This record gives sequence, C-alpha cells and structure tokens, in this order.
Amino acid sequence: MNLRRWSVTLLAALVALITVAPLLWMISVSFMARGEAAQFPPPLWPANPTLENYRELFGTFGVGRFLFNSILVSTLATALALLFTIPAGYAFAKLRFGGGDPIFRMLVAALVVPGQIGMLPLFLELKAMGLVNSYAGALVPWLAGIFGIFLVRQYCLSIPDEMLEAARIDGASEAQILRRIVLPILTPVIVTLALYVFLSSWNDFMWPLIILADQDLYTLPVALAANSRQNVQDYEIMMAGAVVTTLPVLILFLALQRYYLSGLLAGSVKG
Amino acid sequence: MTAAGRTSEARAGWAMTSPALVAIVLFFVLPAVASLFLSFTDFDIYALADIGNLRFVGFQNYERLTQNPLFWKAMANTLLFVAVGTPFIVALSLFAAMLVNSRWLKWRPVWRVALFAPYVTTLVATAVVWRYLLHTRYGLLNYLLSFFGVPPIDWLGSPTASLPAILIFVGWKTFGYNMIIFLAALQTVPRELDEAARIDGAGWFARLRHVTLPAIAPTVLLVSVLTVAGMFQLFAEPYVMTQGGPAQSTVTILYFMYEEGFKWWNLGSGAAVAFLLFLCILAVTLVQMRLAKRSGAI
Repeated sequence: MNLRRWSVTLLAALVALITVAPLLWMISVSFMARGEAAQFPPPLWPANPTLENYRELFGTFGVGRFLFNSILVSTLATALALLFTIPAGYAFAKLRFGGGDPIFRMLVAALVVPGQIGMLPLFLELKAMGLVNSYAGALVPWLAGIFGIFLVRQYCLSIPDEMLEAARIDGASEAQILRRIVLPILTPVIVTLALYVFLSSWNDFMWPLIILADQDLYTLPVALAANSRQNVQDYEIMMAGAVVTTLPVLILFLALQRYYLSGLLAGSVKG
Repeated sequence: MTAAGRTSEARAGWAMTSPALVAIVLFFVLPAVASLFLSFTDFDIYALADIGNLRFVGFQNYERLTQNPLFWKAMANTLLFVAVGTPFIVALSLFAAMLVNSRWLKWRPVWRVALFAPYVTTLVATAVVWRYLLHTRYGLLNYLLSFFGVPPIDWLGSPTASLPAILIFVGWKTFGYNMIIFLAALQTVPRELDEAARIDGAGWFARLRHVTLPAIAPTVLLVSVLTVAGMFQLFAEPYVMTQGGPAQSTVTILYFMYEEGFKWWNLGSGAAVAFLLFLCILAVTLVQMRLAKRSGAI
C-alpha cells in the first residue's frame, strides 16, 4: 500500500510539474539577459538574473499605462457587475412580481447564446452612442451578466422566507431588507462573483481588441498581442510582458481559490 | 400578506431587476437579434460612413460565403478542432480528475491547484509563452522530444503541425476547468462499487468502463458540450500564435468573422458568419441533449 501511495503521488507531482512548467519557464526567462533564451539547448535558469527587461518594459514600452488601463477596466467592470446583478439575482429568487419567473427562464435559455454572435451590431450600437474607443465601451458587456444573476439567485434560494417576512412585519422596506439582511448573508457569493468578473474582464481579449483603437486605452492583453504580432524577437522582454499580464490574476486566484472553485461548480450544474 | 404588501413587493422586484434587464436587452439581446438583420444587408465601410448607402440584399451574403474558399477552410478547420480537440481534452481532463481523486494521493489540494492554475492565466500571455515553447530551434518542447529521438518539429510553421500545436496549448489551458467538474462527479461514485469490482478481478480499464463512466455519464456529456462550445469560439489562440497561418490552416470561424467584420469592414457578411456560428453551436448542443435523453443520462 505504501508503494502504491507513493507512486500515485509521484505521478501527480510529475503531471503538476509539467502543467506549471510553462509558467515557471516564463518567469525564469523574464529575468534573463537579452538574447540568452535564444540558444540551444534552451537554458532553464538565467545565468545572471537581471531586472533589465522589466525596466525596459516600464520605460521604453510604457507598460505602466496598460497596467493602469487593465486595473481600471477590471475594477469598474467588477463594481458595475455587482451593482447590476446582486439585486436582480435576489429579486428573481425571493420577490414575487408578475413575469419574474418566465423572464428568468428566458435568461437561463439565453446562456446558450455566445456573446460573440452580437459583437458586430454591438460595435455599431456603441458607435452610435459615441462609446467606441472609450473605457465605457470596454465595460458594456460586463453589465449584461446573466451568469452572475444566475449565481446570486441560486445562493438566495437558500435564505428562509420567514426571515424576510419577519423583517417586513417589522416595517422594513424591500431595499432595507436587501441591504441589512440579504447582503451580509451573500458575502461568500459576492466574493465569488467579484473574483470571477475581475479575472474574466482582466483576461478578456476579443472585445477590448475591437472596441479600443487608441493605444493609450489598450489593456494589457491587447497591448501584448499587438507587440507579439509585430514579431518582436526578444523572448526575454516578451516573457516579462507576459509575467506582468498574468501574474496579478494568478496571485489573486491563489489567494481566493476556494471562492473561485465554488462558483465554478455552481455554474457548471446550470445545464 | 396584505394587498399593499404584495404591490410593494412587486414594485421592488421590478426596481431591482430592471437595471440588469435593460442592460441585457440593450447590450446582449438587441445585438444578437440585430446580427440576423445585419446579415441580410450589405453593411460595409461605405454604410459605416453614411447609413444611406445601406441596402437590403436578402441571402446574398450567405450565397457569397458559400462561394468563398476561405469560409469553407475556416469551417473545416473549426470542425477539425471540434472533432479532434473534444475527445482529446475530455480524456485529458478525466485522466487528471481520476488521478487527483485517487484515494492513495497525498497532498491532494496542492496538485489540484497546480493543475487548475493554467485556466485562470491570461490567454494572450500564455499564448505568447507557448509560441516560444513551440519554437522550432529554441523551444523547450522540441528539446524534450529530442531525447526521444524526435527530429525538430516546425510546430507553428507547418500546416499539418499547427492544429495539434494549438490543441496542445488549448488542452493545457482548459483541462483544469473540466477536471474540477469531473472531480465533483467522481466524488459521488460510491467507493464500494469500485472496490467490489476490484475484488471480482476487474482491471483498471474494465472498472473505468463499467463502473466509473456509467456513473458519471451526465458529467461527461456536460463537459463535452462545454468543450465543443469552447472549440467553436477559438480566436485569440490563432490571432496571437499563428495569425491564421500557415497556409490558413488555423483560420477558425471566429477569426474569419473578426477579419470580415473589423479588418475588411464587411459587417453584413461578418454578421452572416456570426449567425451561422450560432446555428452550429445550437445544433451541436441540441444533438448532444437528444443523445443524453435517449441514453437516459439526463
């Protein structure tokens, strides 16, 4: 039994190492001197670790600007998504209002429709509204988060009706009930949703690529893709760019993984 | 409850849902429906400048697409990604889930997080990383393969290797997500069942086929549907890694739509592509649902 235990664990360790190797290699190369990675065999560790790539990234390439854009867009997307979806999810779960249930069923059915279907008309719509090439344009898709409404509703279903009824008898308004009673109960699902929206909007690529034309407004993925397509042959600096783009979300996930995974499972049973 | 109470509850219900509903109608439903209408017009760069140039052209965009070899190439590539990628990624995910679910495994949470990590990374950033991992001369992958006597493969430069190359990357990026879903399903399979089969002398593969797979069949279906939908939506991977090349071997349907719409500004034609893509995803989902119903999985 002991042998079996160790062989399974060893296999898992090997698979895990292969899985994280590209990420470790990305970090390692980002500290290499210029040209060091373009060798055969590929070096695994920098001979003389240097911060030169990062210095150049933030100096010549102005990555600080893109980092700022990414943080701004993701933070606003998260705040707006929470503001729009939490009340809606709660209302669909607990308030009786004409048409509430059929509307919710239609929303769930609409989850099958991928957002890319409407991208061209959405672009024209935002152009008419004067929102093309603006932060606001990049934020728009995050307002229409059906998945978030679904997630909050599922969680709200477990709140006992008697609790809300008692508050009503005590004379609390519906808005007060939401703020004072429901919101504190919802804390875990709010963290899950916030994390989910923040990571998704940070990693989002196709929509910001379409809607942001001005280089000053580029988010990190758009800027990185633009540079990589111009055939920048400097591995080291591209890896440093990849580190700056992906490390913030990776760290955020590692810190709050419990919340992320619980949301993932709630979302996967929707079908 | 009093009538007044019910009215105030209904009013609150609408007040709390209407901001989200307005946003969903305005930025999701309306564009999706408009996509269908747009596909029957000749909306192009001239109409973009002056809407007066817009004409209704019936099915002309669709007809022209059927005569466009690049459209068929994109369609064929996407179907190839679906046909090859789905079984590959589902099998990879199930293997990882069974490994992490093994009762002999120590430090389970560590391995679970490590295997899931690629899923939360930024797609564009890891695509850049993988472009170098797959480099013909300096790439780590070819270096590893050289130990097994495999000559260097031009992963992203050869029309036959580019699709496997992108699939390896997509598989690496997404298997962790499916693994978590599989893990939740595997935990509901009773250990005793597996144990009884083992005592009866069933081997690892026989137990997988006759005990584990039947028990998690609905989850296999769910993961397959999600993976197929994901395969239809490949865009950033070819955009960053191959720009659709070599020899257009990695032009996916979404990449084609992007170029039609935002490179050539043929928005009418691009909308037609979007609508066809939607029909494909819908068809696959419905077929898989039907299969599931017949086999009694759902």
